[in-house]
Amino acid sequence: MTIARLHRPAAVGAAVIAGALILTSCSSGTSEPEGSSSGDGGEMTDPVELTLLTGTVELNVQIAEAVAAGFNEANPDIVVTVDASMPSGSEGDNLLKTRLATGDAPDMFWYNSGSLLQALNPDSQLLNIADQSFLSNVQESFIPTVSTANGTYGVPIDVAGGGGIFYSIPIYEELGLEVPTTWDEFVANTQAIKDAGYDNALIQSFGDTWTSQIIMLADYYNIYNEDPDWADKYTANEAHYADTPIALRSFEKMQDLADEGLLNKDFASLTFDQALERMANGEGAQYPMLMFAIDTMVDLYPESADNIGYFAIPGDSASANGLTVWMPPAIYAPADTEHQAEVLRFMEYVASPDACAARLDAGVAAGGPFVVNGCTLPDDVPQAIKDMLPYFDNGNTAPALEFLSPIKGPSLEQILVEVGSGIRDAGDAAALYDEDVKKQAQQLGLDGW
Amino acid sequence: MTDTLTRSGSDAKPETPTQANPKKKKRSPYPIWFYAPAGIIYTTLFVVPTFASFYFALTRWTIFESEFIGLENFQTFFSEPFLFESLINTMIFAVLTSGAKVVLGLLIAVFLTSQIIARGWLRSVVFFPVLISAVGIGATFAVLLDPWEGLVNQVIMAFGAEQGPGWLTDPNLALISVAMVDIWRGVGLAVLIYIAGIVAIPQEYFEAAKVDGANAFKRFWHVTLPLMRPATTTVIILSLIGGLRSFDLIWTMTGGGPGFSSDVLASVVYKQYQAGFYGLSTAGNVVLFVVVAIIVVPLFWWLNRREVEQ
Repeated sequence: MTIARLHRPAAVGAAVIAGALILTSCSSGTSEPEGSSSGDGGEMTDPVELTLLTGTVELNVQIAEAVAAGFNEANPDIVVTVDASMPSGSEGDNLLKTRLATGDAPDMFWYNSGSLLQALNPDSQLLNIADQSFLSNVQESFIPTVSTANGTYGVPIDVAGGGGIFYSIPIYEELGLEVPTTWDEFVANTQAIKDAGYDNALIQSFGDTWTSQIIMLADYYNIYNEDPDWADKYTANEAHYADTPIALRSFEKMQDLADEGLLNKDFASLTFDQALERMANGEGAQYPMLMFAIDTMVDLYPESADNIGYFAIPGDSASANGLTVWMPPAIYAPADTEHQAEVLRFMEYVASPDACAARLDAGVAAGGPFVVNGCTLPDDVPQAIKDMLPYFDNGNTAPALEFLSPIKGPSLEQILVEVGSGIRDAGDAAALYDEDVKKQAQQLGLDGW
Repeated sequence: MTDTLTRSGSDAKPETPTQANPKKKKRSPYPIWFYAPAGIIYTTLFVVPTFASFYFALTRWTIFESEFIGLENFQTFFSEPFLFESLINTMIFAVLTSGAKVVLGLLIAVFLTSQIIARGWLRSVVFFPVLISAVGIGATFAVLLDPWEGLVNQVIMAFGAEQGPGWLTDPNLALISVAMVDIWRGVGLAVLIYIAGIVAIPQEYFEAAKVDGANAFKRFWHVTLPLMRPATTTVIILSLIGGLRSFDLIWTMTGGGPGFSSDVLASVVYKQYQAGFYGLSTAGNVVLFVVVAIIVVPLFWWLNRREVEQ
């Protein structure tokens, strides 16, 4: 009894101290940012502050900062700051979905167009800009990739790019090889390079599993060329990879490379960055990758601008040779934004030639054609981009499947790692991927699944 | 000795209920609302989410909205082509790590309770990996075990081998490699539990055995080992549950790869979550919960019964 009575005041005292600690920690936490922001604003009327959330990829951050700086200069009453803290890949997707669902989204964010956008439920979550006049500055081919049946939600940032294969011009010249126009020629070239003693005749980098998808996804032009409506049938559950011969070829191409043993010996552990380094320093002969990677390679080794060329994933006949195109990502805003007028002004700027100029002036090179009217590429682009432009000029392009259909199975990268490593054959892999796609279609609530 | 202990215990009893009626059920001197803080935290952070998850497992859930679809998620989850493989992998991983922690833990504990130089320091060294975050360990070992530039294979190659094994890139080896790292990380805790058990064995038993002429091995086999049964039960249960649920090391070291060859139940569930299949991944979690319960509850009961029989 006595002990308990002695303890009681002590316990109360402890509780008071604990409470006081919590209070002080809270107040110090909130007061600091307030103080600093009022200090910045000074006596003038405070400009409206907007946050633009982007991923951590360095190129994206550079572009976002260049465009935001250009906008801030032209609009002193608004300050756009870049918050480059969104993790890449599906981790970032989940973070963004959660922030949107809980009303905690940033004023604006940088996100993919195409199938990934559809998963954000744009009709209820995002600011509809379908009736804004500045959309007329944006090329028509881009609009469907940021639209649903009920609205349009984003303005393009960055440029369109191709999916294909980077090749080393010096190695091709040394061995007297021609740029391949059919898949068989490509395999023969690769074999010749390997036989000449190059360890990196064809680089794959499964250390970053997403890179395993490039050959298969960039092969979509060849499906499109044979059946332009294939994407619609695929979305409606009428066509599948396993039962369409030309679509199955995309998986078989990956298997060819594994069967012939054409890959670099460390394909299973090499990372994306290491692969780019290897390609840029001249050790690598060929690397299938999206065009945006050329910026990094030129940054690493400036001579890459002249030494690295580009070609599309070859099909089975030379007459049908074309490029699969990835549309640029876009800037979006949540539907319940507090600063709608200011956000729209920023979007208008992004969809104007001023934004491309701000980016190019800041020294951030463009890895492909802009989709904003009035934006032009400078003349001194790297050779790889020069190799890519004729596909656009001749109209031999097709959008990647993810811009034509909202469904993409989440396990594709692992499945392709298995095919490329010789663990699973192409037919089995295609069937497995069709099952994977089914889950995505059901989750999106599409008809026919 | 035991006699006096029990008597003093029973002597003390009648004195405590000074005012309360001995016939009435003994009441706690603390009011019931003392439970409130813990109760609120437990309810909001555990009970509500658990029961909510049983509901959401039956829906197609996009975070923004959910649609009731009955048991379809479970059907999809069980028709997941990698599920069976991952179930097998989970079992291999759990049994391998749990078994190794029992055997190695006991041996190291016996060693560290004997009279050796730098015993305290060695104990800290063995326990140290338990204190590091699993993600840090995973990232570090992923670098060390790199098939070409990793330190481990560099050493192997320095001894003349042309090429070391692809620890994390060979589909047949990846899961085993991760299990080895998990054993390295978790054995310290098993050792700690065993040391506590060994130290608690009265020295008289060892002295009596010595007088009877038992050598060191016999003393270990007939004295230490039987008296270690409660500690062994604890180690088995803890490490088995940990092994069945293990995720962090596997995710940071292989991501379930190459392909799906080191996927376990928890990583399959996480991949469904990553892909945005929230209902499906919740259903997977319910499956994981049931699997762990089906394995651990009977095992716990069986081990404890044997303990009592002893």
